Amino acid sequence: MTGALTSHLAVRRGERFDLDLRVDLTPGEVVALLGPNAAGKTTALRALAGLIRLRDGVIRLGDRTWDCPAERRFTPPHRRSVGVVFQDYLLFGHLTALENVAFGPRSRGVATRDARRLAAGWLDRVGLAHVARARPGALSGGQAQRVALARALAVDPDLLLLDEPLAALDAQTRVEVRAELRRHLAAYPGCALVVTHDPLDAMLLADRLIVVEQGRLVQQGDPAEVARRPRTRYVAKLVGLNLLHGRVGDPGSPGSGLGRVRLDGSDEVAVADVSGLSGEVLVAFRPAAVSLHRERPHGSPRNVWAGAVTSVEPHAGSVRVGVAGPAALTAEVSPAAVAELRLGPGEVVYVAVKAAEIDVYPA
Amino acid sequence: MIRLPAPRRAASSRRAASSRRAASARRGGAGRPPLALLIPATAAAVFLLGPLVALLARAPWSRLPALLAQPAAGEALRLSLFAATLATLLCLVTGVPLAWLLAQPRLPGRSLLRALVVVPLVLPPVVGGVALLMLFGRRGLLGAPLEALTGLTIPFTAAAVVLAEAFVALPFLVLTVEGALRSADRRHEEAAATLGANRLTVFRRVTLPTALPGIAAGAVLAWARALGEFGATVTFAGSFPGRTQTMPIAVYLALESDPDAALALSAVLLAVSVLVLALLRDRWLVRP
Repeated sequence: MTGALTSHLAVRRGERFDLDLRVDLTPGEVVALLGPNAAGKTTALRALAGLIRLRDGVIRLGDRTWDCPAERRFTPPHRRSVGVVFQDYLLFGHLTALENVAFGPRSRGVATRDARRLAAGWLDRVGLAHVARARPGALSGGQAQRVALARALAVDPDLLLLDEPLAALDAQTRVEVRAELRRHLAAYPGCALVVTHDPLDAMLLADRLIVVEQGRLVQQGDPAEVARRPRTRYVAKLVGLNLLHGRVGDPGSPGSGLGRVRLDGSDEVAVADVSGLSGEVLVAFRPAAVSLHRERPHGSPRNVWAGAVTSVEPHAGSVRVGVAGPAALTAEVSPAAVAELRLGPGEVVYVAVKAAEIDVYPA
Repeated sequence: MIRLPAPRRAASSRRAASSRRAASARRGGAGRPPLALLIPATAAAVFLLGPLVALLARAPWSRLPALLAQPAAGEALRLSLFAATLATLLCLVTGVPLAWLLAQPRLPGRSLLRALVVVPLVLPPVVGGVALLMLFGRRGLLGAPLEALTGLTIPFTAAAVVLAEAFVALPFLVLTVEGALRSADRRHEEAAATLGANRLTVFRRVTLPTALPGIAAGAVLAWARALGEFGATVTFAGSFPGRTQTMPIAVYLALESDPDAALALSAVLLAVSVLVLALLRDRWLVRP
């Protein structure tokens, strides 16, 4: 019976790096640790695996304490029930695929022949029985990834850690391997943590996201929730939303629910549905909900701000226009609109967003 | 007038030549290195090669088989091969673990340990022989109790030859293997640890196989050094024909009595050196 993981990971390295993160996992759950480079994701994974020691905090799995500096307890990696899929797999180049997978069971005292049989079973499960005798150098990226997964799972770990499991794959392979990985993760009974900087991998593989920036948790929740209501600019950018900070000043006219949000750092206001909200709020809307105008528009869109164009970049059939000003945001408009408005960096435009397109939620 | 090496294939395309010119133009240098460097460099190369050419020119090639078939030469050859191989095994068994220890990033007193390892490299071999006598000699720190307990004496035996050769050869093995261990990707060891391998298993099943080319190179190097050992051996083991007289010592002694035999043995040692160089070419000759 596998237990739940409770951990508080505190690691400090020099002045510049400081990780302080709580990660709790329940068996059967897949959690993605999502964050930008150097956010401390890999450090957290290494601490959980026992490859680095905590400075403070605790790692417990079920009733076992793996690391607790306060109690002077530390379990080295080879005595933890953990399987790790490393970013570049780290398959042993001098061993065949089968021997790579059999390495864990053998190291844990399983007889050679039984370990091989176990390994063959795992290779079969990841669809690689035919490359059992191949060395890692002869495997494709997708095959190497699956051998690495089989190797990690072959020790029947209570905790499965995957460090950027799909980062080394090309786009086509990635789609296939991701779907397959998802299937294996769903079948895996223990606690699983996927470290990634790719929001798509995180959303598609995980039941829950933990977003970490600069060593701190900034948001967690189920993927749909995170995608709909990002809490930081980084997350907003990942999920493709504009995010502004503000305060609800006007409680809103009764009935309609519409009210005014004073945006941080400016006198501008946004009008949106603020029913039930007060104080600090976040304001999110899609780039496609933004329209751009040369003249101040009149009529239904209630939110109009002036700003200067900072960038114009093609984006999958449309054009993304960055606008600075009181409300820095990205607008997604058609190439025709860009041509018509003659948009270029430095040009002043009016930005309009319909109130109905704006989501306001507590900060 | 010294010519620069011509392109290997005269038929090599003009495009290659022009790109080479362009490359040297980009580096901002003229095509020819300055004479002030070229002359001493050539002198050094000639100085290294000249004696070997002379040795080969004077070697009694036609009588070589007969000279090497002499009992004294054969004995020296057999003893040398046997002792050098045994010394290399001794170096491997003790030197690989020592190299592993030196390659540990957090080993306390590592620079001191490394200095100890390097000592035989810079120590005159004769002094090494004297030092070995002081330890293993009949009145030595270890030699005296050893003789009192078991009646065994080490100096001036074949065992002394092996010890003397191992003493001078060990640093070559340790430093080569340490370099190989250091340049290996440590993360494979971490991966092995997460799979449940304890440190000894990691060493045996991951570290050692990864460092195998470096270990082989170190062993070849140590073997070559042991085979050529003279000073420490002659001091600590003497030169009893058939028992402790190795090839280098036989060469030295034969130079007075039978110069042709000395030349023949030298030619054999030179051939061995060339062979060693061939074995190590990937490490030494094709370095960019």
